[in-house]
Amino acid sequence: MTATPDLTPTPGQTVGPFFGFALPYERGGQLVDQAHPGAVRLYGTVLDGHGDPVPDALLEIWQADEDGNVSTETGSLVRDGWTFTGFGRAAVDNVGRYTFTTVEPGPTREGGARFIHVCVFARGLLDKLHTRVYLPEADQPEGALAHDRLLASLPEAERATLLATRDGQGGLSFDIRLQGEGETVFLDVEER
Amino acid sequence: MEESFDHAHVVTSSDSATSTQNEMTAQIEALHRAYREGVAAGARVEDKPRIDFAPYRSSVLRHPTKDLRHADPETIELTSPAFGTRDVHPLEADLTIQHGGEPIGERMIVTGRVVDGSGRPLAGQLVEIWQANASGRYVHKRDQHPAPLDPNFSGVGRCLTDADGNYSFTTIRPGPYPWKNHHNAWRPAHIHFSLFGTAFTQRLVTQMYFPGDPLFPLDPIYQAIVDEDARRRLVATYDHDVTRHEWCTGYRWDIVLSGRGRTLFENDLGADHDDDHENGDHR
Ligand SMILES: [Fe+2]
Repeated sequence: MTATPDLTPTPGQTVGPFFGFALPYERGGQLVDQAHPGAVRLYGTVLDGHGDPVPDALLEIWQADEDGNVSTETGSLVRDGWTFTGFGRAAVDNVGRYTFTTVEPGPTREGGARFIHVCVFARGLLDKLHTRVYLPEADQPEGALAHDRLLASLPEAERATLLATRDGQGGLSFDIRLQGEGETVFLDVEER
Repeated sequence: MEESFDHAHVVTSSDSATSTQNEMTAQIEALHRAYREGVAAGARVEDKPRIDFAPYRSSVLRHPTKDLRHADPETIELTSPAFGTRDVHPLEADLTIQHGGEPIGERMIVTGRVVDGSGRPLAGQLVEIWQANASGRYVHKRDQHPAPLDPNFSGVGRCLTDADGNYSFTTIRPGPYPWKNHHNAWRPAHIHFSLFGTAFTQRLVTQMYFPGDPLFPLDPIYQAIVDEDARRRLVATYDHDVTRHEWCTGYRWDIVLSGRGRTLFENDLGADHDDDHENGDHR
């Protein structure tokens, strides 16, 4: 290294409108096969400040497996249908809707809350955004949501933006509102 | 041709098509002036792009209005997906050999080193790039720029960094291209980059630019980084040591991911402790 390297992080830039031929890949949103016994559908819509769908967003999820273990397996880009890598990537469709097929992550520590980490990219969004999708209260360890430091720090309306909703078919619904009414809580999770 | 498929936003930014470059540049300059005056008066230096930057019309309805909420990273956020030779074939780093013939344009190598915020090289990291061809046209169905597609160029590449954190791509220099942010809007030539790091919080999607581009002052996306030093971090440098005799030109662009990453966090608690001592305890 030279004497005084510039170690200020490289700034981000928007993913732009033309990532569709480059970043999405086959079965990118399928962390497990639909036939997997624990498979769950995680889906929702990305919305802008007018409540209109954002048709050119890209979402990535990163999560533990059902037992709360973090996968160290490679192969996310070439799904073999058997290896759980914990990573998924999916572009939204023309009406702003995304879908992942995954499992519900276990807590990564005793009594910890169960959540999926999400990274959001979109045309018009000048830098990535991080957030968390917490499983509904009924699926959490006893008291986990109440003791979660992030959720506990939020007013009820903001806290609600981070909780997935269980639909009638057992799927998990989670909309992402970039701005305005019900704006999703986005996170600064950088190490301090 | 950003807005052509997005009618909802054509309505909300109906003034954009009639805004001139001069109006747009004036808006950018006013925001930059306010930033510089703020810094001179003690405001913090902004290393990142503004997410609320009105000259980039599409950002108006797509930026959160609330401050990011700090959360202590949990285990999953201190780790990152693993990518390996299973995911990426070595030939994917050469964008000039993906088809039957040679792509049109200036062949070049783009190389650089990926380090974390403590200067540690990040080995085995997935680097993904995508770009327009030499004419400024993307292989994307929504790109309607009437410039030729190149049957020998897709503009998508991937590689893994080596043991010293180095990546290298062989490609052709992308052209600038028009978009519909305002009347006669053109993006400076750029290559889109995507990187992961050892903690998912380090995730980076950005754009690399070329030195001396005359479109820099006119571009609301590049100028959304209001700090001049921070903007410069996105500009590659021409490197004659990378240039190959009678073959191609060479550019170097190093990348710094935020934070110290997992390796230091788990294995170097001694060093970590010293670090905390120097910087003060901010937990
Ligand atoms: Fe681009």
